[in-house]
Amino acid sequence: MSQTRDIMLNGLWKNNPATVQILGLCPLLAVTSSIVNALGLGLATILVLVISNGTVSLIRNVVSNEIRIPVFVIVIAAAVTITELLIQAFFYDLYLIIGLFVALITTNCAIIARAEAFASKNTIRDSVLDGMFMGLGFTAVLLLLGGMRELIGNGTLFANIQLLLGEGSRWLTITVIPNYDGFLLAILPPGAFIGLGLIIAGKNIIDQRLKQRSESALPQTA
Amino acid sequence: MPALTKSMARSAIVLGLFAVIATAMVAFTNNATKQRVAEAKRDYTLRKLNELIPPAMHDNALDQDKLMVKDVLLDKNGEVPIYRVQKDGQISAVIISCVAPDGYSGRINLLVAVRRDGSLAGVRVTEHKETPGLGDAIDTNKSDWITIFDNKSLAAPEETRWRVRRDGGEFDQITSATITSRAVVKATRNALRYFERNKQRLLENS
Repeated sequence: MSQTRDIMLNGLWKNNPATVQILGLCPLLAVTSSIVNALGLGLATILVLVISNGTVSLIRNVVSNEIRIPVFVIVIAAAVTITELLIQAFFYDLYLIIGLFVALITTNCAIIARAEAFASKNTIRDSVLDGMFMGLGFTAVLLLLGGMRELIGNGTLFANIQLLLGEGSRWLTITVIPNYDGFLLAILPPGAFIGLGLIIAGKNIIDQRLKQRSESALPQTA
Repeated sequence: MPALTKSMARSAIVLGLFAVIATAMVAFTNNATKQRVAEAKRDYTLRKLNELIPPAMHDNALDQDKLMVKDVLLDKNGEVPIYRVQKDGQISAVIISCVAPDGYSGRINLLVAVRRDGSLAGVRVTEHKETPGLGDAIDTNKSDWITIFDNKSLAAPEETRWRVRRDGGEFDQITSATITSRAVVKATRNALRYFERNKQRLLENS
């Protein structure tokens, strides 16, 4: 199933919503001050992407071209509101931290972009898969950025993990640098921009290396 | 052009249908989670209240004896609850829920626990939108800054010293979050003022 592999690879790497499509920057930059916030928003985004992609694909033959965008907007807004209510009901403490940004998932262009570019043209199975892996790719970048900023800014990793996984998970919190005064720049918005810039640059370097390697591996022709 | 009219009508109906279905689903989820959300909120409030008042200080459920009051010192916009803590048939303390309207990113909701003698049993933040990593240090999850108010009262330090250190007061501000700290100090002071003015009524058994 090379189609399936392509979808997965696209979401996670080749067409990653955060580092390649550069979509959804508003929540991405706003909540990545710690791993736990990043994880919370990432999971919510995956859920919304899967619901919206699945629904859009399901209705793709019913909805005419002219009204597809407003319909997608309705679907996405409903999916986000439902997700927000669920988080509020089951993870109230986390909701108090990321609640503001959960509502902002509606404005995450990655979601309508996937609905328009992929789900409206593909089967339900592929669309759900695409939503899931785009979400995972987005979450991976959130986590990487959150980890970088938390580590540099606070000297910890997984601080406040109990908000997400319950009191039993407190041991997951790692104080990497004890008695660290913190480096504010990393926590403040500029830290998010700089961090994301570094991540994108890093990805481009890796891509270039891979390309060079595959080119030099090709048999030389005269 | 009937063909065009027809397709327009069809589009309008489909769009309307989606709006109805989506609204119905949101309404359904809202209904299904309403109780849980309310419980989660109550749990959260109770937990915060219990953090402020140790079990030895009360023998009632802390959210049981609740007054709703309206006063500019507590909230400019509306009513706020005051929870009365009972022990052996006497009001031993009150927990005043109040709002600091001038946080760095909007309102900060506080619980201010005042003992019968006018000293603070503690202050906790219940809801805020302060900057992560800076202003959110007012939350006990992030730092214990807020415990600087423990055992303070309007008499100690004296009322003019109820400011952050930068403004010549008694209380250390959070580094890089002076506006946030200022807002919390001011709201706490206002809650204490409210308590002093309404002591009689608040501590009287109903």
